[in-house]
Amino acid sequence: MGDTLLRAPTDRRYRLKKIWDRWVPFILSLGLFFAILTVVALLFTVVTTGFHRISWNLILNYPSANPYEAGMRSAILGSIFTVGLSALICIPLSIATAIYLIEYAKGRRFSEVLSYNIANLAGVPSIVFGVVGLGFLVYGLGLGRSVISGAFTLSVLILPLVTITCVEALRTVPDDLRFGAYALGATTLQVVSKIVLPRSLPMMLTGGILGISRALGEAAPILVISGLIFIREDPVSLFSKFTVMPLQLYNWISRPQAAFIELSSAGIIVLLLILLALNSAAIASRQWLMKRVI
Amino acid sequence: MEIDYKKVVSKDVTDLGLFKDSDVVIKTEDLYVSYRDKLAIDRINLEFYKGYITAIIGPSGCGKSTLLRSLNRMNDLIQGAKVGGKVYFNGVDIYSKEIDPVFIRSRIGMVFQRPNPFPFSVFENVAFGLRVNGFKLTKEELRARVKDSLEKAALWDEVKDRLDAHAYSLSGGQQQRLCIARAIAIEPEVILLDEPTVSLDPLSTAKIEELLRSIKNDYTIILVTHNMLQAARVSDITAVMMPDENMVGRIIEYGATSEIFTKPKDKRTEDYISGRIG
Ligand SMILES: Nc1ncnc2c1ncn2[C@@H]1O[C@H](COP(=O)(O)OP(=O)(O)OP(=O)(O)O)[C@@H](O)[C@H]1O
Ligand SMILES: [Mg+2]
Repeated sequence: MGDTLLRAPTDRRYRLKKIWDRWVPFILSLGLFFAILTVVALLFTVVTTGFHRISWNLILNYPSANPYEAGMRSAILGSIFTVGLSALICIPLSIATAIYLIEYAKGRRFSEVLSYNIANLAGVPSIVFGVVGLGFLVYGLGLGRSVISGAFTLSVLILPLVTITCVEALRTVPDDLRFGAYALGATTLQVVSKIVLPRSLPMMLTGGILGISRALGEAAPILVISGLIFIREDPVSLFSKFTVMPLQLYNWISRPQAAFIELSSAGIIVLLLILLALNSAAIASRQWLMKRVI
Repeated sequence: MEIDYKKVVSKDVTDLGLFKDSDVVIKTEDLYVSYRDKLAIDRINLEFYKGYITAIIGPSGCGKSTLLRSLNRMNDLIQGAKVGGKVYFNGVDIYSKEIDPVFIRSRIGMVFQRPNPFPFSVFENVAFGLRVNGFKLTKEELRARVKDSLEKAALWDEVKDRLDAHAYSLSGGQQQRLCIARAIAIEPEVILLDEPTVSLDPLSTAKIEELLRSIKNDYTIILVTHNMLQAARVSDITAVMMPDENMVGRIIEYGATSEIFTKPKDKRTEDYISGRIG
Protein backbone atom coordinates (compact mmCIF):
# COMPACT_ATOMS: atom_id res chain seq x y z
CA MET A 1 0.00 0.00 0.00
CA GLY A 2 2.57 2.51 1.15
CA ASP A 3 4.66 1.41 -1.78
CA THR A 4 2.00 2.29 -4.38
CA LEU A 5 1.33 5.57 -2.67
CA LEU A 6 4.98 6.54 -3.03
CA ARG A 7 5.15 5.45 -6.63
CA ALA A 8 1.90 7.07 -7.76
CA PRO A 9 3.13 10.64 -8.38
CA THR A 10 5.83 9.46 -10.77
CA ASP A 11 3.48 7.22 -12.72
CA ARG A 12 3.09 8.45 -16.31
CA ARG A 13 -0.68 8.04 -16.44
CA TYR A 14 -1.02 9.83 -13.16
CA ARG A 15 1.03 12.77 -14.40
CA LEU A 16 -0.98 12.98 -17.60
CA LYS A 17 -4.17 13.05 -15.55
CA LYS A 18 -2.80 15.87 -13.45
CA ILE A 19 -2.01 17.94 -16.53
CA TRP A 20 -5.40 17.17 -18.01
CA ASP A 21 -7.08 18.20 -14.76
CA ARG A 22 -5.39 21.57 -14.91
CA TRP A 23 -6.26 22.26 -18.55
CA VAL A 24 -9.87 21.13 -18.71
CA PRO A 25 -11.28 24.09 -16.76
CA PHE A 26 -9.20 26.41 -18.91
CA ILE A 27 -10.55 24.95 -22.16
CA LEU A 28 -14.10 25.07 -20.82
CA SER A 29 -13.79 28.66 -19.70
CA LEU A 30 -12.55 29.53 -23.19
CA GLY A 31 -16.07 28.80 -24.45
CA LEU A 32 -17.53 31.10 -21.85
CA PHE A 33 -14.98 33.74 -22.78
CA PHE A 34 -16.05 33.72 -26.44
CA ALA A 35 -19.71 33.91 -25.49
CA ILE A 36 -19.08 36.94 -23.32
CA LEU A 37 -16.86 38.49 -25.99
CA THR A 38 -19.64 38.22 -28.58
CA VAL A 39 -22.20 39.78 -26.28
CA VAL A 40 -19.84 42.62 -25.37
CA ALA A 41 -19.01 43.27 -29.04
CA LEU A 42 -22.69 43.34 -29.95
CA LEU A 43 -23.58 45.65 -27.11
CA PHE A 44 -20.67 47.90 -27.95
CA THR A 45 -21.72 48.27 -31.60
CA VAL A 46 -25.34 48.85 -30.74
CA VAL A 47 -24.62 51.38 -28.03
CA THR A 48 -22.07 53.35 -30.03
CA THR A 49 -24.33 53.60 -33.08
CA GLY A 50 -27.64 54.06 -31.37
CA PHE A 51 -27.30 55.53 -27.92
CA HIS A 52 -27.49 59.19 -29.00
CA ARG A 53 -30.73 58.46 -30.88
CA ILE A 54 -32.68 57.32 -27.82
CA SER A 55 -35.40 59.89 -27.23
CA TRP A 56 -39.04 60.24 -26.28
CA ASN A 57 -39.78 60.49 -30.00
CA LEU A 58 -38.56 56.95 -30.44
CA ILE A 59 -41.01 55.69 -27.87
CA LEU A 60 -43.97 57.99 -28.34
CA ASN A 61 -44.10 58.62 -32.11
CA TYR A 62 -45.61 56.56 -34.87
CA PRO A 63 -43.28 55.40 -37.63
CA SER A 64 -42.52 57.98 -40.26
CA ALA A 65 -40.51 58.46 -43.44
CA ASN A 66 -38.46 61.07 -41.59
CA PRO A 67 -35.89 59.21 -39.49
CA TYR A 68 -35.67 62.08 -36.98
CA GLU A 69 -39.37 61.91 -36.21
CA ALA A 70 -39.95 58.21 -36.59
CA GLY A 71 -40.79 56.21 -33.46
CA MET A 72 -41.99 52.74 -32.64
CA ARG A 73 -45.00 53.49 -30.50
CA SER A 74 -47.27 51.12 -32.41
CA ALA A 75 -44.64 48.38 -32.32
CA ILE A 76 -44.00 48.73 -28.56
CA LEU A 77 -47.74 48.62 -27.84
CA GLY A 78 -48.16 45.73 -30.29
CA SER A 79 -45.39 43.77 -28.58
CA ILE A 80 -46.77 44.43 -25.10
CA PHE A 81 -50.28 43.42 -26.15
CA THR A 82 -49.45 40.27 -28.07
CA VAL A 83 -46.70 39.03 -25.78
CA GLY A 84 -48.65 39.88 -22.63
CA LEU A 85 -51.70 38.13 -23.94
CA SER A 86 -49.68 35.13 -25.06
CA ALA A 87 -48.19 34.88 -21.55
CA LEU A 88 -51.69 34.97 -20.05
CA ILE A 89 -52.72 32.13 -22.35
CA CYS A 90 -49.52 30.13 -22.21
CA ILE A 91 -48.41 30.18 -18.57
CA PRO A 92 -51.59 28.78 -16.97
CA LEU A 93 -51.85 26.23 -19.77
CA SER A 94 -48.23 25.15 -19.29
CA ILE A 95 -48.61 24.84 -15.53
CA ALA A 96 -51.78 22.82 -15.97
CA THR A 97 -50.16 20.56 -18.55
CA ALA A 98 -47.11 20.02 -16.35
CA ILE A 99 -49.26 19.21 -13.32
CA TYR A 100 -51.28 16.75 -15.35
CA LEU A 101 -48.15 15.06 -16.69
CA ILE A 102 -46.29 14.79 -13.40
CA GLU A 103 -48.94 14.62 -10.69
CA TYR A 104 -51.84 12.85 -12.36
CA ALA A 105 -50.69 10.81 -15.34
CA LYS A 106 -47.11 10.01 -14.36
CA GLY A 107 -45.89 6.75 -15.83
CA ARG A 108 -48.91 6.30 -18.06
CA ARG A 109 -48.23 5.69 -21.74
CA PHE A 110 -50.30 8.68 -22.78
CA SER A 111 -48.26 10.96 -20.56
CA GLU A 112 -44.99 9.65 -21.97
CA VAL A 113 -46.16 10.13 -25.56
CA LEU A 114 -47.32 13.63 -24.70
CA SER A 115 -44.03 14.61 -23.02
CA TYR A 116 -42.12 13.31 -26.01
CA ASN A 117 -44.19 15.36 -28.41
CA ILE A 118 -43.88 18.51 -26.34
CA ALA A 119 -40.11 18.12 -26.43
CA ASN A 120 -40.28 17.71 -30.23
CA LEU A 121 -42.48 20.76 -30.56
CA ALA A 122 -39.76 22.83 -28.90
CA GLY A 123 -37.51 22.11 -31.85
CA VAL A 124 -39.91 23.22 -34.59
CA PRO A 125 -38.69 26.37 -36.43
CA SER A 126 -40.76 29.37 -35.42
CA ILE A 127 -41.78 30.27 -38.98
CA VAL A 128 -43.76 27.01 -39.05
CA PHE A 129 -45.88 28.27 -36.16
CA GLY A 130 -46.45 31.46 -38.13
CA VAL A 131 -47.61 29.59 -41.21
CA VAL A 132 -49.89 27.32 -39.18
CA GLY A 133 -51.27 30.39 -37.37
CA LEU A 134 -51.92 32.09 -40.68
CA GLY A 135 -53.81 29.12 -42.08
CA PHE A 136 -55.68 28.13 -38.93
CA LEU A 137 -56.27 31.33 -36.97
CA VAL A 138 -56.18 34.13 -39.54
CA TYR A 139 -58.10 32.39 -42.33
CA GLY A 140 -59.51 29.18 -40.87
CA LEU A 141 -61.13 30.71 -37.79
CA GLY A 142 -61.42 34.10 -39.46
CA LEU A 143 -59.64 35.94 -36.65
CA GLY A 144 -57.83 38.04 -39.23
CA ARG A 145 -54.34 39.50 -39.01
CA SER A 146 -55.07 40.63 -35.49
CA VAL A 147 -53.51 40.89 -32.05
CA ILE A 148 -55.39 37.79 -30.93
CA SER A 149 -54.04 35.71 -33.84
CA GLY A 150 -50.53 36.89 -33.02
CA ALA A 151 -51.00 36.16 -29.31
CA PHE A 152 -52.28 32.63 -29.92
CA THR A 153 -49.44 31.92 -32.32
CA LEU A 154 -46.83 33.17 -29.87
CA SER A 155 -48.38 31.26 -27.00
CA VAL A 156 -48.24 28.00 -28.94
CA LEU A 157 -44.69 28.84 -29.93
CA ILE A 158 -43.48 29.24 -26.34
CA LEU A 159 -45.75 26.57 -24.87
CA PRO A 160 -43.20 23.72 -25.16
CA LEU A 161 -40.40 25.74 -23.61
CA VAL A 162 -42.53 26.92 -20.71
CA THR A 163 -44.15 23.51 -20.17
CA ILE A 164 -40.79 21.77 -20.08
CA THR A 165 -39.56 24.23 -17.44
CA CYS A 166 -42.73 23.70 -15.41
CA VAL A 167 -42.25 19.93 -15.60
CA GLU A 168 -38.67 20.35 -14.40
CA ALA A 169 -39.92 22.59 -11.60
CA LEU A 170 -42.33 19.88 -10.42
CA ARG A 171 -39.55 17.30 -10.59
CA THR A 172 -37.48 19.31 -8.12
CA VAL A 173 -40.10 18.73 -5.41
CA PRO A 174 -38.95 15.64 -3.49
CA ASP A 175 -41.34 12.69 -3.55
CA ASP A 176 -40.85 12.38 0.21
CA LEU A 177 -43.03 15.45 0.65
CA ARG A 178 -45.73 14.14 -1.68
CA PHE A 179 -45.81 10.77 0.09
CA GLY A 180 -45.91 12.50 3.47
CA ALA A 181 -48.98 14.44 2.43
CA TYR A 182 -50.69 11.49 0.77
CA ALA A 183 -50.10 9.41 3.89
CA LEU A 184 -52.13 11.95 5.85
CA GLY A 185 -55.13 11.47 3.61
CA ALA A 186 -54.56 14.40 1.28
CA THR A 187 -56.09 14.26 -2.18
CA THR A 188 -53.95 14.83 -5.26
CA LEU A 189 -55.44 18.29 -5.63
CA GLN A 190 -54.46 19.11 -2.03
CA VAL A 191 -50.98 17.71 -2.46
CA VAL A 192 -50.54 19.83 -5.58
CA SER A 193 -51.99 23.03 -4.21
CA LYS A 194 -50.54 22.92 -0.69
CA ILE A 195 -47.21 21.15 -1.12
CA VAL A 196 -46.05 20.94 -4.70
CA LEU A 197 -47.10 24.24 -6.27
CA PRO A 198 -45.78 26.57 -3.56
CA ARG A 199 -42.37 24.91 -3.89
CA SER A 200 -42.23 24.90 -7.67
CA LEU A 201 -43.89 28.21 -8.47
CA PRO A 202 -40.67 30.27 -8.37
CA MET A 203 -39.05 28.06 -10.97
CA MET A 204 -42.21 28.01 -13.07
CA LEU A 205 -42.15 31.77 -13.03
CA THR A 206 -38.63 31.70 -14.40
CA GLY A 207 -39.88 29.46 -17.19
CA GLY A 208 -42.67 31.87 -17.95
CA ILE A 209 -40.26 34.79 -18.19
CA LEU A 210 -37.97 32.75 -20.42
CA GLY A 211 -40.93 32.17 -22.71
CA ILE A 212 -41.92 35.83 -22.68
CA SER A 213 -38.37 36.88 -23.52
CA ARG A 214 -38.36 34.46 -26.42
CA ALA A 215 -41.73 35.72 -27.67
CA LEU A 216 -40.60 39.33 -27.45
CA GLY A 217 -37.72 38.62 -29.79
CA GLU A 218 -39.65 36.65 -32.42
CA ALA A 219 -40.01 38.34 -35.80
CA ALA A 220 -40.63 35.61 -38.36
CA PRO A 221 -43.99 34.18 -37.23
CA ILE A 222 -45.39 37.65 -36.56
CA LEU A 223 -44.34 38.81 -39.99
CA VAL A 224 -46.40 35.98 -41.45
CA ILE A 225 -49.38 36.69 -39.19
CA SER A 226 -49.53 40.47 -39.21
CA GLY A 227 -48.07 41.02 -42.66
CA LEU A 228 -47.65 44.66 -41.70
CA ILE A 229 -44.64 46.59 -40.62
CA PHE A 230 -45.67 50.17 -41.11
CA ILE A 231 -48.60 50.96 -38.83
CA ARG A 232 -49.59 54.42 -37.69
CA GLU A 233 -52.23 53.50 -35.16
CA ASP A 234 -52.36 51.89 -31.71
CA PRO A 235 -53.72 48.38 -31.27
CA VAL A 236 -56.90 49.06 -29.30
CA SER A 237 -58.72 45.74 -29.33
CA LEU A 238 -58.05 42.03 -29.72
CA PHE A 239 -58.92 42.38 -33.38
CA SER A 240 -56.75 45.39 -34.18
CA LYS A 241 -54.02 45.05 -36.74
CA PHE A 242 -50.60 45.27 -35.16
CA THR A 243 -46.87 45.06 -35.51
CA VAL A 244 -44.09 44.26 -33.02
CA MET A 245 -40.71 45.69 -32.12
CA PRO A 246 -38.48 43.17 -33.95
CA LEU A 247 -40.42 43.84 -37.15
CA GLN A 248 -40.09 47.60 -36.78
CA LEU A 249 -36.35 47.20 -36.19
CA TYR A 250 -36.05 44.94 -39.19
CA ASN A 251 -37.80 47.57 -41.29
CA TRP A 252 -35.44 50.31 -40.19
CA ILE A 253 -32.32 48.21 -40.64
CA SER A 254 -33.30 47.39 -44.20
CA ARG A 255 -33.53 51.08 -45.17
CA PRO A 256 -30.61 52.76 -46.96
CA GLN A 257 -30.39 55.91 -44.80
CA ALA A 258 -27.77 55.84 -42.04
CA ALA A 259 -30.14 57.71 -39.74
CA PHE A 260 -32.55 54.74 -39.80
CA ILE A 261 -29.73 52.32 -39.04
CA GLU A 262 -28.89 54.41 -35.99
CA LEU A 263 -32.55 54.48 -35.05
CA SER A 264 -32.74 50.70 -35.22
CA SER A 265 -29.76 50.47 -32.84
CA ALA A 266 -31.56 52.78 -30.45
CA GLY A 267 -34.65 50.56 -30.80
CA ILE A 268 -32.57 47.49 -30.00
CA ILE A 269 -31.39 49.18 -26.80
CA VAL A 270 -35.02 49.83 -25.83
CA LEU A 271 -35.90 46.18 -26.55
CA LEU A 272 -32.93 45.00 -24.49
CA LEU A 273 -33.91 47.27 -21.63
CA ILE A 274 -37.42 45.85 -21.64
CA LEU A 275 -35.97 42.31 -21.57
CA LEU A 276 -33.64 43.27 -18.76
CA ALA A 277 -36.50 44.76 -16.77
CA LEU A 278 -38.55 41.60 -17.29
CA ASN A 279 -35.74 39.35 -16.19
CA SER A 280 -34.99 41.44 -13.13
CA ALA A 281 -38.66 41.36 -12.23
CA ALA A 282 -38.59 37.59 -12.56
CA ILE A 283 -35.53 37.22 -10.39
CA ALA A 284 -36.93 39.60 -7.78
CA SER A 285 -40.28 37.84 -7.58
CA ARG A 286 -38.57 34.47 -7.47
CA GLN A 287 -36.46 35.55 -4.51
CA TRP A 288 -39.52 36.95 -2.84
CA LEU A 289 -41.52 33.76 -3.40
CA MET A 290 -38.65 31.54 -2.25
CA LYS A 291 -38.38 33.40 1.01
CA ARG A 292 -42.04 32.77 1.70
CA VAL A 293 -42.26 29.07 0.85
CA ILE A 294 -38.97 27.44 1.73
CA MET B 1 -21.32 -11.61 21.69
CA GLU B 2 -24.84 -12.97 21.93
CA ILE B 3 -27.52 -10.60 23.13
CA ASP B 4 -29.77 -11.94 25.84
CA TYR B 5 -33.16 -11.03 24.45
CA LYS B 6 -34.90 -12.61 27.47
CA LYS B 7 -34.05 -9.54 29.47
CA VAL B 8 -35.51 -7.04 27.03
CA VAL B 9 -38.57 -8.62 25.43
CA SER B 10 -42.01 -7.45 26.47
CA LYS B 11 -44.22 -10.11 28.06
CA ASP B 12 -47.53 -8.41 27.15
CA VAL B 13 -48.30 -11.11 24.61
CA THR B 14 -47.42 -14.72 25.04
CA ASP B 15 -49.76 -16.53 22.68
CA LEU B 16 -51.50 -15.17 19.58
CA GLY B 17 -54.19 -17.81 20.08
CA LEU B 18 -55.57 -15.69 22.90
CA PHE B 19 -56.65 -12.93 20.54
CA LYS B 20 -60.30 -12.73 19.53
CA ASP B 21 -61.65 -11.77 16.09
CA SER B 22 -62.72 -8.43 17.52
CA ASP B 23 -59.12 -7.52 18.29
CA VAL B 24 -58.09 -7.82 14.65
CA VAL B 25 -57.79 -4.42 12.99
CA ILE B 26 -55.88 -5.37 9.85
CA LYS B 27 -55.79 -8.80 8.31
CA THR B 28 -54.10 -9.83 5.09
CA GLU B 29 -55.07 -12.86 3.04
CA ASP B 30 -52.67 -14.25 0.46
CA LEU B 31 -51.43 -10.75 -0.14
CA TYR B 32 -48.88 -10.35 -2.91
CA VAL B 33 -47.24 -7.36 -4.56
CA SER B 34 -45.37 -7.25 -7.82
CA TYR B 35 -43.35 -4.51 -9.46
CA ARG B 36 -43.63 -4.60 -13.26
CA ASP B 37 -44.61 -8.26 -13.14
CA LYS B 38 -41.76 -9.25 -10.85
CA LEU B 39 -43.15 -10.65 -7.63
CA ALA B 40 -41.72 -8.84 -4.58
CA ILE B 41 -43.74 -10.36 -1.74
CA ASP B 42 -46.13 -13.29 -1.82
CA ARG B 43 -48.64 -15.20 0.30
CA ILE B 44 -48.61 -12.82 3.21
CA ASN B 45 -51.16 -13.89 5.84
CA LEU B 46 -50.97 -11.73 8.93
CA GLU B 47 -53.22 -10.22 11.57
CA PHE B 48 -52.55 -7.00 13.40
CA TYR B 49 -54.20 -6.39 16.76
CA LYS B 50 -55.57 -3.31 18.45
CA GLY B 51 -53.43 -1.97 21.26
CA TYR B 52 -50.33 -3.91 20.30
CA ILE B 53 -47.15 -3.22 18.43
CA THR B 54 -46.22 -5.66 15.70
CA ALA B 55 -42.66 -5.59 14.40
CA ILE B 56 -41.76 -6.71 10.92
CA ILE B 57 -38.12 -7.71 10.69
CA GLY B 58 -36.03 -9.17 7.91
CA PRO B 59 -33.01 -8.56 5.72
CA SER B 60 -32.75 -5.60 3.38
CA GLY B 61 -34.75 -5.92 0.19
CA CYS B 62 -37.03 -8.71 1.44
CA GLY B 63 -40.11 -6.52 0.98
CA LYS B 64 -40.89 -5.00 4.37
CA SER B 65 -41.56 -1.54 2.98
CA THR B 66 -43.57 -3.07 0.17
CA LEU B 67 -45.74 -4.92 2.67
CA LEU B 68 -46.24 -1.81 4.77
CA ARG B 69 -47.23 0.32 1.79
CA SER B 70 -49.81 -2.20 0.70
CA LEU B 71 -51.61 -1.84 4.04
CA ASN B 72 -52.61 1.80 3.45
CA ARG B 73 -52.69 1.84 -0.34
CA MET B 74 -49.50 3.87 -0.67
CA ASN B 75 -48.48 1.34 -3.32
CA ASP B 76 -51.12 2.93 -5.54
CA LEU B 77 -48.71 5.84 -5.87
CA ILE B 78 -45.77 3.72 -6.96
CA GLN B 79 -45.35 3.19 -10.65
CA GLY B 80 -45.55 -0.41 -11.76
CA ALA B 81 -46.71 -1.73 -8.39
CA LYS B 82 -49.58 -4.21 -8.43
CA VAL B 83 -51.26 -5.55 -5.32
CA GLY B 84 -53.23 -8.81 -5.20
CA GLY B 85 -54.92 -10.86 -2.52
CA LYS B 86 -56.87 -9.20 0.28
CA VAL B 87 -56.25 -6.63 2.95
CA TYR B 88 -59.09 -6.21 5.43
CA PHE B 89 -59.30 -3.13 7.61
CA ASN B 90 -61.96 -3.63 10.29
CA GLY B 91 -63.37 -6.35 8.08
CA VAL B 92 -63.59 -4.23 4.95
CA ASP B 93 -61.48 -5.07 1.91
CA ILE B 94 -59.51 -1.87 1.32
CA TYR B 95 -58.82 -2.76 -2.30
CA SER B 96 -62.48 -3.14 -3.26
CA LYS B 97 -63.82 -0.70 -5.83
CA GLU B 98 -66.02 1.34 -3.48
CA ILE B 99 -63.15 2.21 -1.16
CA ASP B 100 -61.47 5.59 -1.54
CA PRO B 101 -57.73 5.22 -0.92
CA VAL B 102 -57.65 8.79 0.43
CA PHE B 103 -59.99 7.75 3.24
CA ILE B 104 -57.91 4.65 4.00
CA ARG B 105 -54.77 6.76 4.32
CA SER B 106 -56.46 9.12 6.74
CA ARG B 107 -57.35 6.16 8.97
CA ILE B 108 -54.02 4.36 8.58
CA GLY B 109 -51.18 6.80 9.11
CA MET B 110 -47.60 6.32 8.05
CA VAL B 111 -44.20 7.50 9.23
CA PHE B 112 -41.29 7.18 6.85
CA GLN B 113 -37.69 6.14 7.13
CA ARG B 114 -36.31 9.62 6.53
CA PRO B 115 -38.03 12.43 8.45
CA ASN B 116 -40.07 14.36 5.87
CA PRO B 117 -41.64 17.36 7.57
CA PHE B 118 -43.34 19.83 5.25
CA PRO B 119 -41.61 23.13 4.57
CA PHE B 120 -43.94 24.91 7.01
CA SER B 121 -43.81 25.88 10.65
CA VAL B 122 -43.93 23.25 13.38
CA PHE B 123 -47.55 24.18 14.10
CA GLU B 124 -48.64 24.01 10.47
CA ASN B 125 -47.00 20.63 10.05
CA VAL B 126 -49.22 19.15 12.74
CA ALA B 127 -52.26 21.11 11.56
CA PHE B 128 -51.81 19.99 7.94
CA GLY B 129 -53.62 16.67 8.31
CA LEU B 130 -56.46 18.32 10.21
CA ARG B 131 -56.86 20.91 7.48
CA VAL B 132 -56.78 18.56 4.51
CA ASN B 133 -59.20 16.18 6.16
CA GLY B 134 -61.69 18.96 6.71
CA PHE B 135 -61.81 18.80 10.49
CA LYS B 136 -64.13 21.60 11.59
CA LEU B 137 -62.19 23.05 14.50
CA THR B 138 -62.15 26.48 16.08
CA LYS B 139 -58.81 28.18 16.56
CA GLU B 140 -58.67 27.05 20.18
CA GLU B 141 -59.61 23.47 19.35
CA LEU B 142 -56.96 23.40 16.65
CA ARG B 143 -54.34 24.69 19.09
CA ALA B 144 -55.41 22.14 21.68
CA ARG B 145 -55.24 19.32 19.17
CA VAL B 146 -51.79 20.36 17.98
CA LYS B 147 -50.56 20.59 21.56
CA ASP B 148 -52.03 17.21 22.43
CA SER B 149 -50.41 15.56 19.43
CA LEU B 150 -47.03 17.10 20.17
CA GLU B 151 -47.32 15.98 23.78
CA LYS B 152 -48.10 12.42 22.76
CA ALA B 153 -45.12 12.51 20.42
CA ALA B 154 -42.94 13.64 23.35
CA LEU B 155 -41.99 16.80 21.51
CA TRP B 156 -44.09 19.46 23.19
CA ASP B 157 -41.56 20.50 25.82
CA GLU B 158 -38.90 21.02 23.18
CA VAL B 159 -40.99 23.08 20.75
CA LYS B 160 -43.64 24.80 22.84
CA ASP B 161 -41.79 28.11 22.60
CA ARG B 162 -41.20 27.90 18.88
CA LEU B 163 -44.32 26.54 17.25
CA ASP B 164 -43.87 29.14 14.52
CA ALA B 165 -40.30 28.12 13.80
CA HIS B 166 -39.64 26.40 10.50
CA ALA B 167 -39.77 22.62 10.80
CA TYR B 168 -36.38 22.35 9.11
CA SER B 169 -34.80 24.13 12.06
CA LEU B 170 -35.49 21.07 14.24
CA SER B 171 -32.96 18.29 14.72
CA GLY B 172 -33.43 15.02 12.82
CA GLY B 173 -34.86 13.27 15.86
CA GLN B 174 -37.22 16.15 16.57
CA GLN B 175 -38.30 16.18 12.93
CA GLN B 176 -39.15 12.49 13.11
CA ARG B 177 -41.19 13.00 16.28
CA LEU B 178 -42.90 15.89 14.49
CA CYS B 179 -43.82 13.46 11.72
CA ILE B 180 -45.25 11.11 14.34
CA ALA B 181 -47.19 14.00 15.91
CA ARG B 182 -48.48 14.93 12.48
CA ALA B 183 -49.71 11.37 11.95
CA ILE B 184 -51.30 11.16 15.42
CA ALA B 185 -53.11 14.49 15.03
CA ILE B 186 -55.78 13.12 12.72
CA GLU B 187 -56.42 10.24 15.11
CA PRO B 188 -55.79 7.29 12.85
CA GLU B 189 -56.52 3.78 14.07
CA VAL B 190 -53.32 2.35 12.71
CA ILE B 191 -49.82 3.80 12.51
CA LEU B 192 -47.34 2.26 10.11
CA LEU B 193 -43.70 3.08 10.78
CA ASP B 194 -41.05 2.21 8.23
CA GLU B 195 -37.68 2.09 10.00
CA PRO B 196 -38.43 5.36 11.76
CA THR B 197 -35.16 5.51 13.67
CA VAL B 198 -32.49 4.44 11.18
CA SER B 199 -31.36 7.99 10.54
CA LEU B 200 -31.36 8.95 14.22
CA ASP B 201 -28.90 8.91 17.09
CA PRO B 202 -29.37 6.51 20.05
CA LEU B 203 -30.93 9.16 22.30
CA SER B 204 -33.56 10.16 19.74
CA THR B 205 -34.14 6.49 19.02
CA ALA B 206 -34.75 5.77 22.70
CA LYS B 207 -37.22 8.67 22.83
CA ILE B 208 -39.19 7.35 19.90
CA GLU B 209 -39.24 3.81 21.28
CA GLU B 210 -40.51 5.12 24.58
CA LEU B 211 -43.13 7.21 22.84
CA LEU B 212 -44.38 4.22 20.84
CA ARG B 213 -44.80 2.17 24.02
CA SER B 214 -46.61 5.05 25.67
CA ILE B 215 -49.24 5.47 22.94
CA LYS B 216 -49.65 1.86 21.91
CA ASN B 217 -52.85 1.20 23.82
CA ASP B 218 -54.81 3.61 21.65
CA TYR B 219 -53.55 2.37 18.31
CA THR B 220 -52.54 -0.56 16.22
CA ILE B 221 -48.86 -0.01 15.50
CA ILE B 222 -46.86 -1.79 12.84
CA LEU B 223 -43.14 -1.17 13.01
CA VAL B 224 -40.65 -2.16 10.35
CA THR B 225 -37.16 -2.26 11.74
CA HIS B 226 -33.69 -3.51 10.99
CA ASN B 227 -32.72 -3.25 14.59
CA MET B 228 -33.27 -6.58 16.35
CA LEU B 229 -32.91 -5.07 19.76
CA GLN B 230 -35.51 -2.46 18.89
CA ALA B 231 -37.96 -5.10 17.73
CA ALA B 232 -37.37 -7.05 20.93
CA ARG B 233 -37.69 -4.01 23.18
CA VAL B 234 -40.65 -2.34 21.55
CA SER B 235 -42.90 -4.91 19.92
CA ASP B 236 -45.36 -7.38 21.34
CA ILE B 237 -45.68 -9.46 18.21
CA THR B 238 -43.07 -10.11 15.56
CA ALA B 239 -43.28 -11.19 11.94
CA VAL B 240 -40.04 -12.37 10.35
CA MET B 241 -39.71 -11.89 6.62
CA MET B 242 -37.16 -13.58 4.36
CA PRO B 243 -36.68 -13.79 0.63
CA ASP B 244 -37.21 -17.27 -0.81
CA GLU B 245 -35.01 -18.78 -3.53
CA ASN B 246 -36.65 -16.50 -6.15
CA MET B 247 -36.03 -13.43 -4.00
CA VAL B 248 -39.73 -13.17 -3.20
CA GLY B 249 -40.37 -12.00 0.35
CA ARG B 250 -42.30 -14.42 2.58
CA ILE B 251 -43.26 -14.50 6.23
CA ILE B 252 -41.26 -17.35 7.71
CA GLU B 253 -42.27 -16.94 11.29
CA TYR B 254 -44.93 -15.01 13.12
CA GLY B 255 -45.74 -14.97 16.81
CA ALA B 256 -45.31 -13.35 20.19
CA THR B 257 -42.09 -11.37 20.35
CA SER B 258 -41.17 -13.11 23.59
CA GLU B 259 -41.39 -16.47 21.79
CA ILE B 260 -39.67 -15.46 18.54
CA PHE B 261 -36.69 -13.93 20.25
CA THR B 262 -36.18 -16.58 22.89
CA LYS B 263 -37.40 -19.78 21.24
CA PRO B 264 -37.38 -19.25 17.46
CA LYS B 265 -38.81 -22.24 15.63
CA ASP B 266 -37.19 -21.55 12.29
CA LYS B 267 -33.45 -21.97 11.98
CA ARG B 268 -33.26 -18.91 9.67
CA THR B 269 -34.95 -16.76 12.32
CA GLU B 270 -32.47 -17.93 14.89
CA ASP B 271 -29.55 -17.10 12.59
CA TYR B 272 -31.06 -13.76 11.69
CA ILE B 273 -31.78 -12.48 15.17
CA SER B 274 -28.42 -13.62 16.45
CA GLY B 275 -26.80 -11.60 13.69
CA ARG B 276 -25.36 -14.53 11.74
CA ILE B 277 -27.25 -13.55 8.53
CA GLY B 278 -28.79 -10.39 7.19
N1 LIG C 1 -40.64 1.24 -6.66
C1 LIG C 1 -40.14 0.02 -6.93
N2 LIG C 1 -40.03 -0.40 -8.21
C2 LIG C 1 -39.53 -1.61 -8.50
N3 LIG C 1 -39.11 -2.49 -7.59
C3 LIG C 1 -39.16 -2.13 -6.29
C4 LIG C 1 -39.69 -0.86 -5.90
N4 LIG C 1 -39.64 -0.77 -4.55
C5 LIG C 1 -39.11 -1.93 -4.14
N5 LIG C 1 -38.83 -2.75 -5.17
C6 LIG C 1 -38.24 -4.10 -5.08
O1 LIG C 1 -39.01 -4.88 -4.22
C7 LIG C 1 -38.19 -5.62 -3.35
C8 LIG C 1 -38.56 -5.30 -1.91
O2 LIG C 1 -38.20 -3.94 -1.64
P1 LIG C 1 -38.57 -3.23 -0.28
O3 LIG C 1 -38.15 -1.83 -0.41
O4 LIG C 1 -39.97 -3.51 0.06
O5 LIG C 1 -37.60 -4.01 0.72
P2 LIG C 1 -37.29 -3.69 2.25
O6 LIG C 1 -37.43 -4.98 2.98
O7 LIG C 1 -38.10 -2.55 2.73
O8 LIG C 1 -35.75 -3.29 2.18
P3 LIG C 1 -34.97 -2.29 3.16
O9 LIG C 1 -34.84 -2.99 4.45
O10 LIG C 1 -33.67 -2.11 2.48
O11 LIG C 1 -35.77 -1.04 3.25
C9 LIG C 1 -36.76 -5.29 -3.70
O12 LIG C 1 -36.25 -6.32 -4.51
C10 LIG C 1 -36.86 -4.02 -4.47
O13 LIG C 1 -35.88 -3.99 -5.48
MG1 LIG D 1 -37.62 -0.52 3.33
